[in-house]
Amino acid sequence: MTLLAFDWLYLVEKLVLIAVIISASLLIAMYATYFERKVAAWMQDRIGPDRAGPFGILQPLADGGKLFFKEEIIPNAANKWLFILGPCMAMLTAMMTSAVIPWGSKIDLGGREIALQIADVNIGMLYIFGVVSFGVYGIMIGGWSSNNKFSLMAALRGASQVISYELAMGLSLIALLMLTGSLSLKTIVEQQMSHGNLWNIAYQPLGFFIFFVCALAECNRAPFDLPEAESELNMGYHQEYSSMKLGFYLFAEYINMFISSAIMATLFFGGYDVPFLDESTLNPNIAALIGIAALLAKTFFFIFVFMWIRWTLPRFRYDQLMDIGWKKLIPLALVNMVITAVVVLLRQG
Amino acid sequence: MQSLTNRAKPVDRRPMNFMERMYLPAVLKGMSITFSHMFKKAPTVRYPDETRPFSPVFRGLHVLNRDEEGRERCTACGLCAVACPAEAITMEAAERKQGEENLYREEKYAAKYEINMLRCIFCGLCEEACPKDAIYLSETFAPSNFARKGFIYGKKDLLIPDPKTEAADLAKAKGTN
Repeated sequence: MTLLAFDWLYLVEKLVLIAVIISASLLIAMYATYFERKVAAWMQDRIGPDRAGPFGILQPLADGGKLFFKEEIIPNAANKWLFILGPCMAMLTAMMTSAVIPWGSKIDLGGREIALQIADVNIGMLYIFGVVSFGVYGIMIGGWSSNNKFSLMAALRGASQVISYELAMGLSLIALLMLTGSLSLKTIVEQQMSHGNLWNIAYQPLGFFIFFVCALAECNRAPFDLPEAESELNMGYHQEYSSMKLGFYLFAEYINMFISSAIMATLFFGGYDVPFLDESTLNPNIAALIGIAALLAKTFFFIFVFMWIRWTLPRFRYDQLMDIGWKKLIPLALVNMVITAVVVLLRQG
Repeated sequence: MQSLTNRAKPVDRRPMNFMERMYLPAVLKGMSITFSHMFKKAPTVRYPDETRPFSPVFRGLHVLNRDEEGRERCTACGLCAVACPAEAITMEAAERKQGEENLYREEKYAAKYEINMLRCIFCGLCEEACPKDAIYLSETFAPSNFARKGFIYGKKDLLIPDPKTEAADLAKAKGTN
């Protein structure tokens, strides 16, 4: 089906893939809110939500329904246009990152090979960085347009926090790039899958640690959840928000968590690779399904670790946060980068 | 200042050593503690669905007893009202008429019997004072109402179901069915 020298089926398959990935990440984010509450409950020797449906599995639907039916409040003094734009930006940037993640190798549908990745761009990692740093606009615009000093303060904190931790994150990834020599996430995963290569975590443990801490900070998760510090800033940047606009902010946080877990799994833990299994001997469709399951399992593990940390550690003080970012993580990332560079050079020469 | 016990510990004000400043060992220790709690059994009792067993001396809301033939035992002697330290009980006595022998056990009965559950302190002294085994404290303990008026329990609320005519209700109230 080629019309105007363009493969229209290609467009259809990409659109289907986008729809599937968007709805899957929405669903996972929805249930992440449920598991967040469950994990918190288990860690505090409680039971957690168990009223809505068996084991409370309808709880996210109930929460979402409640948010939809709440009254929509836009403060008089708020900049209405920006006030609405804020949560949209947060949601948009949270969803956009999923475009470059390879969710599996490829499936074979009637002789047609469909790659399970929306866009295999050769600057995949740069794209992620661009979009993630874009995410701070959601916080900034929301906090600024609310016209409330607490929201503004929280937005400023959020912005400076994200900018500070992005540096260390970028530096830790440069070391990874020296090993892989590619920015494409697909290539990075295939390198980890290829015979004789270990997962990147084996070569870059320190890099992974820095990346992980920075991911916590970028997602505004505890112990770096200063933009949402209830005790100091009432609520944080979304104090004036109500109804589904608030829901979007909270939801975007969980989507961010899902996506950054998927990125960590992709970059450092072999993506859709199953350890000790040679995928090339299997039927490609089955291999792809196993790969998706493997990637999701790794992702869920990281989501659990995010929650585990949240329900263990208290929040950092703001000066401690900046101290860790600028004086600890960035030098550490630089050292990691230099060591990697030296090792790579020595092995080449 | 001399301490009352010899268990006081001086505060350790040494500067943190390298391991402590790294913060990570403490983080991992904390995380292992929270992880171990994931496998502990939650002590939660899902209240309306399941209830804790009460001790046999538990004192909840009152009931007015009937005898085996379904006649009210209370003779409106007023000893419970006298014994009540919160002055929560009032009653009005009446004389049994011809043909009411199947309703009241003795010649005198309580035409009106009210307990104000907001005043009651559930001490159980009325139970002890009663010479006719007419008033008992049950295991029901969570009354709820929209108005204060509703907490003044009359005979309608207090009397147990008639063992002859409403045997099923009685068994249900006792939890023996």
